[in-house]
Amino acid sequence: MDHPQLVVDNIHKRYGAREVLKGVSLTARAGDVISLIGSSGSGKSTWLRCINLLEQPHEGRIALAGETLALQRDRDGTLKASDARQLASFRARLSMVFQQFNLWSHMTVLQNVVEAPQRVLGLTRAEAEARATQYLERVGVAHRRTAYPAHLSGGEQQRVAIARALAMEPAVMLFDEPTSALDPELVGEVLKVMREIAAEGRTMIVVTHEMGFAREVSNHVVFLHQGLIEEQGDPREVLTRPQSERLTRFLAGSLK
Amino acid sequence: MELAPLIDAAPLYASGLATTLQLLVAALAFGLALALPLGVARASSHAWWSWPVAAYTFVIRGTPMLVQLFIIYYGLAQFDAIRESVLWIGLESAWFCAVLALALNTAAYTAEIVAGAIRATPAGEIEAAYSLGMTRQQAFVRIVLPSALKRALPAYSNEVIMMLHATSLASLVTLVDLTGAARDTYSRTYLPFEAYVTAGLVYLGLTLLLVRLFRRAEARWLQHLAARPAT
Repeated sequence: MDHPQLVVDNIHKRYGAREVLKGVSLTARAGDVISLIGSSGSGKSTWLRCINLLEQPHEGRIALAGETLALQRDRDGTLKASDARQLASFRARLSMVFQQFNLWSHMTVLQNVVEAPQRVLGLTRAEAEARATQYLERVGVAHRRTAYPAHLSGGEQQRVAIARALAMEPAVMLFDEPTSALDPELVGEVLKVMREIAAEGRTMIVVTHEMGFAREVSNHVVFLHQGLIEEQGDPREVLTRPQSERLTRFLAGSLK
Repeated sequence: MELAPLIDAAPLYASGLATTLQLLVAALAFGLALALPLGVARASSHAWWSWPVAAYTFVIRGTPMLVQLFIIYYGLAQFDAIRESVLWIGLESAWFCAVLALALNTAAYTAEIVAGAIRATPAGEIEAAYSLGMTRQQAFVRIVLPSALKRALPAYSNEVIMMLHATSLASLVTLVDLTGAARDTYSRTYLPFEAYVTAGLVYLGLTLLLVRLFRRAEARWLQHLAARPAT
């Protein structure tokens, strides 16, 4: 019962000879909102994508609600899931929101949100539509349900993508720089939705450049530098009184 | 221009038109049925699947259809083994040979269209499918293929029009299609200009009809790629 929601242990990842992750571990308990910060190239997005195996790490362990994902060595030396069904079940409980939204362009907004609950979770069409409508209302885009993604603003697309992830009713939500591709005036509407769902007690891991969000919404912040955790802790502590010189410099730079 | 002899030839053109349409529909039906699995195999990252299809499309697209038709209609008949085999039931018929050549051709071109559309699927959309727990098969059937087939529609409409025009080659293996009707009218009336212009006008009308049909299909299935939503 008392298992943490998600344990990610000692993730290593190399591209060729370059080691981008040198053993990054993190534990998320129910209701945690963890912000991952760091300059580009620090490995934070790669680490997030290793959690649901969109990137295959070279080393590491991933456990969700006490269940460890079975991994085996792939031909290129990385780790792949031993059991495709277990991987799919992990991914269904770890839904992800991407920087580039990645909505399915040939489907309407409603169909985008209905699709995975219906096909992956096995809901009936009617159940999936009811659930989709509920979450589209939750993020404030229910009025665009019959539109196609290309006809929405970036902010609307990202909110649909959040509804699509919410509709899986996942154990943990992974956000990969969810506001980085947005025009500045659209960032606010997406952050507002993220604040609201964080306030509902959802477990979230957020790779972000938004220091305001990291400080005000998350209860834990992790600063990644060159593939290692340089500093972590309570955001009010870490972001206001950084211990390391690198974080001090990073924070000074991100205020510009 | 002399029109009276052409009016007498109207029934000949009508039956020629029917033959042309039969050839087109049969070739497109068989060709598309063949092109879908071939296109999927061609887009596969496994060389054992994609390579044989690449060889097939290279041979078909690298040789004139008329030469292929002559090989099938005249060439194969040279071999006793083929004339004595069950294949001869089909190969004996000019209609069958024409449909076979047309279908093999459109299958090759359409397979490349389908494969290109599959390869053009944005990687992020496939990742999104995986990230929500879809299997490879679900992601392919629900995301990649429907999106690719819709995207392939404009290129396929060109292919269909090219096939309509290619059916005229059937007139060279004794069939009386639209072009065959024009040739017979010419030899009967000695009015080559009028005879072929009439055939040309009918092809033009058919092309316009096909273009309009595909426009409507695109308006329906390609809404998601339109710059603005349909009002």
